[in-house]
Order: sequence, then structure tokens, then C-alpha cells
Amino acid sequence: MELIVKKRIKQVLKGDQNAFGEIVELYKDKVIHVCYRMLGNRHEAEDISQEAFIRAYINIHTFDVDRKFSTWLYRIATNLCIDRIRKKKPDYYLDAEVTGTEGLTMYSQIQADGRLPEEEVESMELQDSIQQEIVKLPDKYRSVIVLRYIEELSLKEISEILYLPLGTVKTRIHRGREALRKQLRTM
Amino acid sequence: MNTCPDKMVHYMHEYLDEELSHEDEKELKSHLHECEACRTHFHELKRTIALVQSTSHINAPQDFTEKVMNRLPKEKKEVGMRRLLQRHPLLAAAAVFMVLMGGSVFTSWNDGNEFAFTKIENVVVDGQTVVVPEGEVVEGDLVVRNGDLRVEGEIKGDVTMINGDRYMAGGGTITGDIEEIDQGFEWLWYNIKSVFKDLGGFFQPNE
Repeated sequence: MELIVKKRIKQVLKGDQNAFGEIVELYKDKVIHVCYRMLGNRHEAEDISQEAFIRAYINIHTFDVDRKFSTWLYRIATNLCIDRIRKKKPDYYLDAEVTGTEGLTMYSQIQADGRLPEEEVESMELQDSIQQEIVKLPDKYRSVIVLRYIEELSLKEISEILYLPLGTVKTRIHRGREALRKQLRTM
Repeated sequence: MNTCPDKMVHYMHEYLDEELSHEDEKELKSHLHECEACRTHFHELKRTIALVQSTSHINAPQDFTEKVMNRLPKEKKEVGMRRLLQRHPLLAAAAVFMVLMGGSVFTSWNDGNEFAFTKIENVVVDGQTVVVPEGEVVEGDLVVRNGDLRVEGEIKGDVTMINGDRYMAGGGTITGDIEEIDQGFEWLWYNIKSVFKDLGGFFQPNE
């Protein structure tokens, strides 16, 4: 896959925009998934993913073709997510109460939209709660946990994506796992 | 749990990162056998990972790529053209054909290719060749453009050939200057020179 990507990147560098479309096709699901787990919101995840691909296109000349493209792309995406988390106002969170509606959170609003069979709702509720717990992690732990367990990347790759020393990545993963363990214990 | 050494939790994490040495792993395992609190801790960690990994993958919406492509800055036009020609070789061939056709149409519009010569009564035209027949005498200058000249008689004056050849028959003579011009540029140069010659004659009328 990396080989095809390299070929496409060379075409993009020559100014062929259609070749970039194929790159987007190859990575869109992965990027949007990482963003979703980082942000906990589908809409925002799509927004940030689009932004990530556009930035990748604009800065494609700075990409070193001998390196792994996905690492570079994930770096752009995770950095955008972290920026978004930091800028985000607290009342943006899904579990925050919607103003003027007592006891009603945005989660209940989302769930009211889709009519799904019992089982699916249950598994979705579980997934939502897990997602909620991931989103509750401080962003420095969240990014490593998402990259390690959702994208299944190696510690070395994570350290390259986040520009962090390997030791720091390990420490953050340990602490992130501990934090999640405590949060998920009752589930 | 507090009675257990701190390093046990550290071992657990190293184990999960697949970085625990074989000896330490043995130590961890034997400890887990004895200590229920640590066993629970370890179990919870593994369960946490399993739960995080159980979340289903979400996919990008159908129109995602299209949306991204629409938001990209515009590409250079020449690239689009080049890609179009690469994808459709027939179109490229047609384009080349049009260029060549256009070129030939252009030159034929340029009336410079037509056969022409100075109108003199006693010369004969044979196809693209101007013939001065034997015994005839041409009084004055002769210009032949895009044709040949065959001199069998006599020309009392200058001869100018543009894009053509000059053949001299046995008895043929030309008393004036002979100039042969092959290209458009030289033709232009010849025109400029003749203008100056005229001017020169104008300024020195006494000579």
C-alpha cells in the first residue's frame, strides 16, 4: 500500500489533484476513526478529518517520501484534534446538560434520533460509555491510548507521530491505562 | 494491595507493552498467583484494553472524499490538460493533427507561395518555369518568385530569383546582377536593401 501511496504522492507533487483523491480514499476511514475517538463526536471528527487531508495536501512538499505516509498523516490529524480539544468550551461536551432542558444531555438527544433494535441499542450504549470514558482522559493520555489501542500502532510509531521520546510515550500509556482502568472498573 | 511492591504494577504495564524480560515475567506470574489484589488489578487492565478495542470502527461518509476535493486549492490548468491528453491518446493525436493542419492552412493563406514573375511581353511560361526563348531580348529587370527561370535568349538587366532555380541554356546571357533568395527572411532583407538602393539613387542623382 505504501508503494501505491508513494506513486500517488509523486503525482500530487507534479500538481495532479486527482491522485490526491485516491490517497483520501485509502486513509479516510482510519483518520476519521482516530478523530472520532479523540473528540467523541462524529460531526467534529468529520470536520477535523477534512481539515487534516487539506493540510496534508497543502504541505505535501514537506513530506519526506522515504518515510511512512500514515505516520505523517496521523500526526497532522492528532495535532488538529488536540488543538480542537484545547479550544473547545466545556459546554460543548456531549454529557453537558443542554441549556433550558432539565436533565437532558446531548447524548439523549442523539439517541432519540435513531430507532434501533434492543440489542444494538445496548451494545451502542456500552460503546458510547466507553467512548465517554476515553474522552474524559486528559488529552495527553487520550492521544496515546487512541493510537495504541484503536489504531494498534507500535510505541515507536506513536513516538514519531507525537514527536515524543519513547520513554514519555510509555509513561503516558501506563498512566492512561491506569486512569481508564479506574473509570471502567464499574462497567 | 498496598503491601505489594510497586514494581509489580510496573511489570504489568511492561508486560502489556510486550517489553517485560523473561525473568521479570516469571516473578510477576508467581506474584499474581499469591496476591488476589494484584490479580484483580491485572485483570482490570486487560479488560480495559479489551473494552477500548471493542469499540466498532466508524467509517467516513460516502461524500467525504468529494467534500475534501472540493475544498482543495485549484490545481494548475496545464496539469489538467496534460492529464486529459494522457488519458485520451486519440485526443492527443487529434490535437497534433489540428496543429499541423492549422499550420498548413496558415501558410497557404500567406500568399508568398504563389508563382509570380515580372510581367514582360516576350517571355513564355511553361508550368512553373519562366522561359526567355532563344533570340528574344528582355529589356529591363526580371523577378521570378516560387518558380524556375530558363534563359535561352538574353536579359539586359538584373535577375532576382526567390525560391527557385535558374538554368542557363547554351546561348543565354544575363548582363545585369543575379540574386537568388531562398527564404522569407532573405526576401525581407532584399526588400529593405532595394529601398535603401532607391534612396541612395535619390540622394545622389548626379552620379
